[in-house]
This record gives sequence, structure tokens and C-alpha cells, in this order.
Amino acid sequence: MFNSLSEKLNGVFDKLRKRGTLSDKDVDAALREIRVALLEADVALPVVREFSKNVKEKALGEEVIRSVTPGQMVVKIVHDALVEALGGDKPAELDLAARAPVVIMLVGLQGAGKTTTCAKLAKFLKDKKNKQVMMASLDVQRPAAREQLRVLGEQIAVDTFPLDKGKTPEDISKRALKEAKLKGYDILLLDTAGRLHIDDKLMGEVAQVKKEVNPQETLLVADAMTGQDAAQVAKVFQESVGVTGLILSRMDGDARGGAAFSMRMVAGVPIKFIGVGEKMDQLEAFHAERIANRILDMGDIVTLVEKASQSISEEETEKISKRMEEGKFDLSDMQSQIMQMNKMGGMKSLMGMMPGMGKIKNKLDQAGFDDKSINHQVAMIQSMTQKEKRKPALLNASRKRRIAKGSGRSVQDVNKLLKQWKDMSTMMKKFKKLGKKGLLRQGISGLMPR
Amino acid sequence: MSWLKRLKSGLSKSSKKLSDGLTSILHLRKLDEETLQNLEDLLIQSDLGTSVTSDVIEKLRVDKFDTQINIDEIKYFLAKELTNRLKPYVKPLEINKNFRPEIILIVGVNGSGKTTTIAKLGDFWSKEKKSIRFAAGDTFRAAAVEQLCIWGKRLDIPVIKRGSGADAAALAYDAVIESQIEKDDVLLIDTAGRLHTNSNLMEELKKIKRVIKKAEETAPHKVILVLDATVGQNAYKQVEIFHKAVGLTGLIMTKLDGTAKGGVLVGLADRFKLPIFAIGIGEKANDLQQFEASDFANSLVGLES
Ligand SMILES: Nc1nc2c(ncn2[C@@H]2O[C@H](COP(=O)(O)OP(=O)(O)OP(=O)(O)O)[C@@H](O)[C@H]2O)c(=O)[nH]1
Ligand SMILES: Nc1nc2c(ncn2[C@@H]2O[C@H](COP(=O)(O)OP(=O)(O)OP(=O)(O)O)[C@@H](O)[C@H]2O)c(=O)[nH]1
Ligand SMILES: [Mg+2]
Ligand SMILES: [Mg+2]
Repeated sequence: MFNSLSEKLNGVFDKLRKRGTLSDKDVDAALREIRVALLEADVALPVVREFSKNVKEKALGEEVIRSVTPGQMVVKIVHDALVEALGGDKPAELDLAARAPVVIMLVGLQGAGKTTTCAKLAKFLKDKKNKQVMMASLDVQRPAAREQLRVLGEQIAVDTFPLDKGKTPEDISKRALKEAKLKGYDILLLDTAGRLHIDDKLMGEVAQVKKEVNPQETLLVADAMTGQDAAQVAKVFQESVGVTGLILSRMDGDARGGAAFSMRMVAGVPIKFIGVGEKMDQLEAFHAERIANRILDMGDIVTLVEKASQSISEEETEKISKRMEEGKFDLSDMQSQIMQMNKMGGMKSLMGMMPGMGKIKNKLDQAGFDDKSINHQVAMIQSMTQKEKRKPALLNASRKRRIAKGSGRSVQDVNKLLKQWKDMSTMMKKFKKLGKKGLLRQGISGLMPR
Repeated sequence: MSWLKRLKSGLSKSSKKLSDGLTSILHLRKLDEETLQNLEDLLIQSDLGTSVTSDVIEKLRVDKFDTQINIDEIKYFLAKELTNRLKPYVKPLEINKNFRPEIILIVGVNGSGKTTTIAKLGDFWSKEKKSIRFAAGDTFRAAAVEQLCIWGKRLDIPVIKRGSGADAAALAYDAVIESQIEKDDVLLIDTAGRLHTNSNLMEELKKIKRVIKKAEETAPHKVILVLDATVGQNAYKQVEIFHKAVGLTGLIMTKLDGTAKGGVLVGLADRFKLPIFAIGIGEKANDLQQFEASDFANSLVGLES
């Protein structure tokens, strides 16, 4: 059902009997799953390796909090380590602390999004930072590249250095800087041609330009969809040009964005912005937390873990799960299961925090498992006698009428409840296979017929 | 000359081309766990993805584990396995003579190389003395029309265009009609880059296809998705959603002149069974090559061909 990391980790730890501290073996087993998950998210292999070592150190000997499974525990450790590696919770800012005109240069592979990002940055600096901005394109390679920047400049009402001046990128950059000084601009943004990191000639050229104009920021723009190559690209650009920050474009897609992590680690510089669309205002600050969640594909699992550890009563859970394991599941079990979900903030909000929740949410909606109907269900079960709860077969027409009356529902509602209970019971066999831990983690959502 | 050799002879560009992980394990004799691990790492770093990689490595393990084998044999084994997976999908670039013009729609995510690939295809076919026409269907991105027009001028290929912001579907319609009147051999229609997750833009693309059909029932005859070789595992979703929207008839992978190996193509071929028409290996008009399964596979495992 879920294909996410926490699911897999649950699988790993389901086999685990004991609790206490995380052992070497537990952690290794978990790390194998983490490795696969990170690779599937396109994190570069050398980075995955480094990171795994780091996580192992952190996880070993860590005490497992009661009411949180070892699987969840490791996920939290991984998550926190990832957030930290991505730069922590405060977004990085542009460094503009230099004498005007402050030069910012954008570099990167072909088609990465440099020109678009250049214009977005110009708009950001103009609108949000009240700066006088000029843009200049040094791209003498790609057909209509400079025209592209000029048109964008027009759209956002930012001046661009005229097209017909200068021939080589070096030449253009020098002239543009001179003009920016002369006309009193605060910032000069330089767009450059796309180039391969292994193209010695073009890499040399951009390094030369950098020497000439001494930019305060040299930003490497990269596509969020990039795979394993991201590490290599970041490494070579850092070594041969020198970059001060990263910008990830096309984060509006559904790529998991492992490239962000790879490049951050390899280049050793912060991610300053992300691009989230083709329009000029679709540039956002980078939030490590969000990207970490995206890379791990885990929704807000950490919040979930925290909430769960507060409100799940361990004993209660153990009790139900034991009965479930034995294949027993009566209406009072259903009741406590439902109540527990409610304690944790209602079905919907719980689902919203879980990875891969979309499908489940739909299933729940179809099955009428919204928060309101849950309250109704609880009311109906509460109107039953203990005997009825334990042995729902007792419920004949007159008993059903009594329950309906007692809970303010209709007999149809009671029948619907019984049908749902029946569906759940038939799922028991499957849950026996899943084992206790899996059951607890999936809670009621795992009981839905699909 | 194979494209790899051509690259090597391209001097400076390839001078730093990465040496691969396999050479470092050259001295190993017996196929043991460590070697398998190194091989697995190599394939992962070529973007093959974890499941295709473990599939291929398992095969190697079953066939050759614990046997005395030299590194070349291992490489050949892997390359052959990958070649076999790709081979059914190799399809040469040909214009179907039954249509005048053959109408080709080029689609893909932003910046993958669509417009440049159109120029390359134009160059390729003009060398075969075909009459070609371009349609500047990217009416959205700044200077996208100008970009294609410059290519048209360089290659002496006429370009049908409208202003920026014009309706792309209407332009495509006009282009088809005009190209039919001119009895061209091929009409190449550019489209704006779009992320597969943007449903509005995917709807727009469907509309372009529908409108082309109105002008010519049998068209578009080819719908080619242009994929950037640097792409990682997200390529699966790209292909899936574009395919569902407009029915792809094949793929072209660009930017294989970098260090990205484009290994995701192996899994894509297998899953979607789409022909691979060509690869892009540079920014110039003649930097297009037929897709060769064995060359590509060799490059994935770091074999010189
Ligand atoms: N969806 C989306 N598209 C983007 C984003 N950033 C850029 N693009 C698009 O990506 C394509 C390439 O962008 P450019 O800015 O031309 O890229 P470039 O790096 O300047 O390209 P070259 O100069 O050819 O190397 C265009 O279609 C842009 O509209 C983004 O954040 N999201
Ligand atoms: N190195 C290399 N660069 C390429 C290749 N194909 C295209 N490019 C470059 O990639 C960049 C983007 O190419 P375009 O053809 O504009 O891409 P596109 O898909 O039309 O972009 P949008 O229309 O903005 O979505 C340009 O700088 C091209 O020169 C290739 O095979 N190798
Ligand atoms: Mg550009
Ligand atoms: Mg284009």
C-alpha cells in the first residue's frame, strides 16, 4: 500500500522482538532500507554512504521511547539528520553585503533554468528588497538566449544590458559592470550560457569572467529532477568556478529532489532558493524541513511520532493488538480503536500526516469514515450492552432499533456499522500475517477493504 | 564512428570524462560479494535505479558467482544483459513516405532539449534532401519562437510562427494545412516545455493533438518525448503521464555528452516498450546520433566501444 521509507522500516522492525536501545543489527537493517529509499529519491550514492555512516553513529545506543516503535525512532533520527545536513531550519539569504553594484552570477548546465531564475531573482530584489537591478546576458552560445533575457526583463520592468554591445562573455561582463557603476545600479545580475562541467573551454571562460567581475554570489542553478549526476556537477562547478550557493529549479514537479541533498553536501554551500514554476514570481526560499520530508516521502511523520507518543496509551494498544493477533476483533475493540484515532487529532488530520495518504483518504471517504461519522459510530457502539459488543450476532431487529434510538441514529446506520465491523473482521487474517507492530502502525486505516 | 569515440575525439570536452568504478576493481579475479557490490554501485550511479540494478546484478550472481572471471568478462556480461533489454526498442529515424508530410509532435518537460532536437532532426533530414518545415509551437516561453527561427535560418528550413502568446493549437492546425499544401516530407512541431504534474498544461497538450487531428486525421504520426540524460528516477513519471496524455510513439535522450549516463532508459524501455529513436550529444545541429543499444550499454558499464 504505502511504498515509503517508514513502511519499509516498519517491515524491518516488525521482525524485531525486543525493545530498549537500538542495536547494531537493528540499525544496519534499517540503514539498508534507508539506502534504497534515498537512492530512489535520486540522492547520489557517495552522499548516501556518508549520510548512512552519520546516521548510524547517531542511532546506535539511542534509547527507544516507549510507545514509539524502533522503526519510527530511526525515521526520526534520519529525518533530523537530513534536515541538519540540508542546512537546518533557517533559510539561507543572499549575501548582498558589498559595495554597489553587487554582482550576482548564475551558472549551470544547459537548460537548468538559469535565464528564468535570473529574471525571477531580479524581480525579487526589485520588489522585495527595493533594489535597482540590471541584468546582462553573457550567453553568446544559445540561439536567442539574450533576446530571452531581454523579453523577461521587459515583463518584470527590469533593465537589461543592451544586446548589441560586446562580443565575448568577458567583454560583455566588463562593459555591463562599468555601465552598472555609471548608472548607479545596486545590483548586476549576470546570466551565463549553459555549459557542461566537463567542457574545459567553457568552464575556463566562466572562471575568467568571475575573476574579472568578482561576484558577491555565484549561484549554481540545477534542475530538481537531476539524478546521480548532480554530485559530479556540483563538485566540478565548485572546484573550477567556485560557487557560493545553489538554486534548485522545477521543484513544482513531483521529483523527490534528492539532487538538493547531493549538491548541498558536495558543494558545501547553502541552497538559497527553489524555483516552483515558470512565472516570474515563482521563486521561494528554501526550507530544509520540507525538502527532507519530500526526499524521505514521509509526510509529516515526525509530528505524527510526537503526537503518537503523547497520546497512545501503550497498554491499551497492546491489548487490542493482542486480540487482533489472535484474530479476535469485536465491536468494543473497534470502539477503542476508533477512540484512539480520535485522541490523536481525528482521522483526517492523522491521515494528512501520513505518507502516501491520498489513496487511503479516498478509501476512508468512500467508506464513510470521516470524523463526523466516527462520532456517530462511537455513539452507536456505546448504546450496546457489553454482551452485544462481544457477540454482534446477537443483534436482532429489536435490539438494533433500541441501539438506533439510544444513539440518535437510524437502523440503517446500525446496519452500516455492522457491515463495516464485518469488513474489518475479514481483514483480520491479513493482519495476522502483518504481525503486531504492522497492525499498530497502520491502525484503522489498514483495516479498510480495498 | 560510434558516438563515444566521437566524443573522445572531441578533445577538451571529454578530457575529464569520469573514469568509472570498474577500472578500480580491475585486479579482482573471483566474482565475490565485494565485486558485486562495486558493480551494483556503478550501475546505481548510472541512474539505472535500484530495482533494475538489483535485477541485473542478481542475474550476474546466479550465472557467475564464485567462478573465476576477469573484469572484462563481467563487463561484457553486464553490457550484453543491458543491450538485450534495450535492443527491442532501437528504432532508426525514418520518415514514413506514406504521409506528406509526416507530422511529428515534440513534447517534454522544460529545458530538456526539444527545440534543439527539432533543429537536429531538421539537419539530419535535410542531408537526405527531404523538404522540411518547422512549426514554432512554443508560444509561451520568452524568445522561444526566435530561438527556432534562428535555427530555421541557419539550416534553411522554413518556420511557421505566430506571435508570443498565440494559441499553440491554432498554430499547429495552420502549420499542418500549410505543410500539406506545400507537400513537405516532414513537419516538426515544437511545443512549450511543461511539467507532467501541471494538469492545465497537459490538457493544453491534449488539445494541440486533437486540433492537429482535425486538420489531418492520421496525424500526429509521431509523438516524441525528449528526455534529458541527467534526469533521475522522476523520468518514470514523466514518461507515464506524457504517454497517457498524448500517446507517445518514441523517445529521444539528449545531453549524453555530459557525465550523466541516462541509465533510467533501461527501465523505461522495459516498462513502457517505447522505441528509442536517437540521442543528443551536443548543442550543434549535427550532434544527433542513432540510438545504438550496445554503445549505450557499454557506456553504462564503463566499457570502451
Ligand atoms: N516548471 C518550471 N519550469 C522552469 C523553472 N525554472 C525554469 N523553468 C523553465 O525551464 C526552461 C529552461 O529555462 P531557462 O531559464 O531557459 O534555462 P537556462 O538554464 O537558461 O537554459 P540555457 O541557457 O539553454 O542553458 C524554460 O522553459 C523555463 O520556463 C521552474 O522553477 N519550474
Ligand atoms: N550538451 C548538450 N546540450 C544540449 C543538448 N540538447 C540541447 N542542449 C542545450 O540544452 C538547452 C535547452 O535546450 P532547448 O532545446 O532550448 O530545450 P527545450 O526543451 O526546447 O526548452 P524549453 O522550450 O524551454 O522547455 C540549450 O542550451 C541547448 O543548447 C545536448 O544533446 N547536449
Ligand atoms: Mg539561458
Ligand atoms: Mg523549446
